[in-house]
Amino acid sequence: MSVTTHTPSEGVALRKRIANSSVVRIGRYVVMRLLTLFTTVVIGVYLTILIANMGGYVDQIIKGQIRDTITQSIANSPTGRNMDPETRRILIEEQIALEEKRRGLDTPIAIRNIRHLTNALQLDLGRAFNITSDSGSKQVRLILLERLPATLLLMGTSQLLLFFSSVFIALNLSRNYGSFWDKLVIALSPSSAVPSWFYGIFLILIFAAGFKMLPFGGMVDSPPPSNTFDYAISVLKHLLLPGSALLLSSFFLSVYNYRTFFLIYSSEDYVDMARAKGLHPKDIERRYILRPTLPNIITNFSLLIIGLWTGALFTETVFLWPGLGRTLFQAVGLYDTPIIVGSTIIYAYLLAMTVFMLDFMYAAVDPRVKIGS
Amino acid sequence: MNNLQASFKKLLQYPSALVGIFAIGLLVVVSAYAMITIPYPEAIRLWRGGEEVWYRNPKFAPPAWFNLFSSKKFSESFAVGTMDGGMNKVVTPGTDGITTYEMTYEFDFSYDVYPQDMLLYIDATFNEKQPFTSVEWITPDGRTIRISNFVVGDQYTYRFSQDDKLVAKLRAEEVIPALFSAPDSDTVLKGIYKLVVIGTTFEPGANMDVEFVFHGQVYGLAGTDHARRDLTLPLLWGAPVALAFGLMAAIGTSMMTMIIAAVGTWYGSWVDQLIQRITEVNLVLPFFAIMIMIGTFYSRSIWVILSATILLSIFTGAILAYRAVFLQVKESMYVEAAKAYGASNTRIIFVYLIPRMIPLLIPSLVQAVPAFVFLEASLAVIGLGDPILPTWGKIIQDAQANGALYKGYYYWVLEPAALLMITGLAFAFLGFALDRIFNPRLREV
Repeated sequence: MSVTTHTPSEGVALRKRIANSSVVRIGRYVVMRLLTLFTTVVIGVYLTILIANMGGYVDQIIKGQIRDTITQSIANSPTGRNMDPETRRILIEEQIALEEKRRGLDTPIAIRNIRHLTNALQLDLGRAFNITSDSGSKQVRLILLERLPATLLLMGTSQLLLFFSSVFIALNLSRNYGSFWDKLVIALSPSSAVPSWFYGIFLILIFAAGFKMLPFGGMVDSPPPSNTFDYAISVLKHLLLPGSALLLSSFFLSVYNYRTFFLIYSSEDYVDMARAKGLHPKDIERRYILRPTLPNIITNFSLLIIGLWTGALFTETVFLWPGLGRTLFQAVGLYDTPIIVGSTIIYAYLLAMTVFMLDFMYAAVDPRVKIGS
Repeated sequence: MNNLQASFKKLLQYPSALVGIFAIGLLVVVSAYAMITIPYPEAIRLWRGGEEVWYRNPKFAPPAWFNLFSSKKFSESFAVGTMDGGMNKVVTPGTDGITTYEMTYEFDFSYDVYPQDMLLYIDATFNEKQPFTSVEWITPDGRTIRISNFVVGDQYTYRFSQDDKLVAKLRAEEVIPALFSAPDSDTVLKGIYKLVVIGTTFEPGANMDVEFVFHGQVYGLAGTDHARRDLTLPLLWGAPVALAFGLMAAIGTSMMTMIIAAVGTWYGSWVDQLIQRITEVNLVLPFFAIMIMIGTFYSRSIWVILSATILLSIFTGAILAYRAVFLQVKESMYVEAAKAYGASNTRIIFVYLIPRMIPLLIPSLVQAVPAFVFLEASLAVIGLGDPILPTWGKIIQDAQANGALYKGYYYWVLEPAALLMITGLAFAFLGFALDRIFNPRLREV
């Protein structure tokens, strides 16, 4: 039985090897990236609060909340109920002043903003004035989290479809460069200057008002079907128009962009070399063209998604899709400040998450970007 | 200069660029026409005007050219009065200061659809004794229908469709169809109709005038909205607003982006780092949500929105693209030479760095215009448009709020939508062609 002993230098080498193992490296990268992004989000949310609170609007939200709870609790307490209105009013005002002092609403605005920031980062967004969640809550966080799945469903399906269909079609076009379809896509690519809600209006006009094939808006039939299968079909039917509007608004430009990347990369010398070697065209495409363009494609895609996140707001409004965007629109109509500030913060989070995920994917597909090194 | 001329010549080879230039030119002409014929204060007065300005127009009326495409003919709207001589007025003075006025109007009604409504606006001058009026309606088949008798004040409005007594007298459900069809029939009786208004004043020096307002089913070149407003006004005035907003935002954003990128690359170190960090934070800021916040909390004025848009659009991906090019230019010989002769930092940035970027700037500037034009429309559609200005986005918002798509008022959405589309696509087409000319790498593929 031999005993392995480590000299100090061997120990260092071993530690180095462990440090270099890809799991640790990726782990460290993720942590670092999360930290930087978190800082970015903190600054972003802080700026949002700064803009919102310029006229003291966030303070108003909290003050309203305090007034609400104190009035309620005194009105519902047995002693409060038996008081005459005048003493009760004085008591309520005193309590409110005390509570405002306790919550630090009399401190300077800079300190207050930092307090709002910590609340916002914990998604403690206060209570809505008018809008209630379907479960009956007035908590902004609950209202927004309840609407989030609808937005994710709409965005997720349309984005994935957009990504895969445009990459696939762009590959085909780059193969038949100069063909009729290629020219058509080039000619149509300026159509992406028009936002998705705008296409939405036309789609509603044609398919809902004209042919009466698809619903005008909403997410499910009313009343919603009871069995799961019918429910899914109904959602799918409602998803078709807003989804196509989102798809249509960026489809041609993204196909055009990807196609251009493919063409630029397929004129590289190593691709000619591979052709000369007589490799199968499929292999050339996959290994010599698609692989090196992936980082570009992902960058492009990430910018597109970031643009669409906030753009979906209008699409949801036009299609009465019960997501975040429509809630924000309703909040504008009802002047529901907590919801407006809250959704801005949620959007900031969503954007940061998108940036993080795409960043990670970027690093994963591009060997030149060494994760964690 | 020669370079620019050559680029312009190349531009003319792109049909899409020609289409774009033509459409932009047309929009500029329309804007100039709108601003000259309807001066700004007048446009605002009309746009914000209510019933008192627009009472002559029907509600929700499609444009008159709808008849060209429809097998059923819709009646056109008109308004005539005795004041401007559009209506016949015969004054017969009687004894004891009593004067009789016979005011008549004949018109040919050869449409297939009943009009919306008819109104009489009676304007009388008198001291004490109120004038008296009776109204008669003579149909093409020679029937005379006594519409109503009433005593009028200074201003009196008689609305045919709202007269319950007349409904009872005609034994019909609604007044207008009954007046425009033969007895016991529910189709339109075409022919010459005659309105007779006989007024009597009982004092010397009294007078009476009538305006007959006929609310048809179609109106003018562009139709009307829920507030009876003629849509040609916001459609015309939307052009200068959209162009100004789009161009100012695009120019402001691209100039600022370029200057900041140049400054960052030139000074390097922490300035450059700071700019990059700001760009990262800006990427996470939800643009539309913040615009909505600004619109709801602070101001919806187009100037505030414009400034906020520019501020939020400076630090975007474009800054990184410019930075990459500036880094190359920074190392070039002529910048070295400028440094050697002792040029100041500002001189190098504005005289040597930035001019090199113009070819890259022009296409991106033109391509940015549609996004800003639609941004203004998007904000208007969710109710955050400028409260005073008539814009295309506001028309769409009004239409959406009144359920235009459900109720079939398609013209109301399609007209501003078409104009927005033309504006957006014109700049997109032009920018696209410019991009191909100034970025030769794209031209090859």
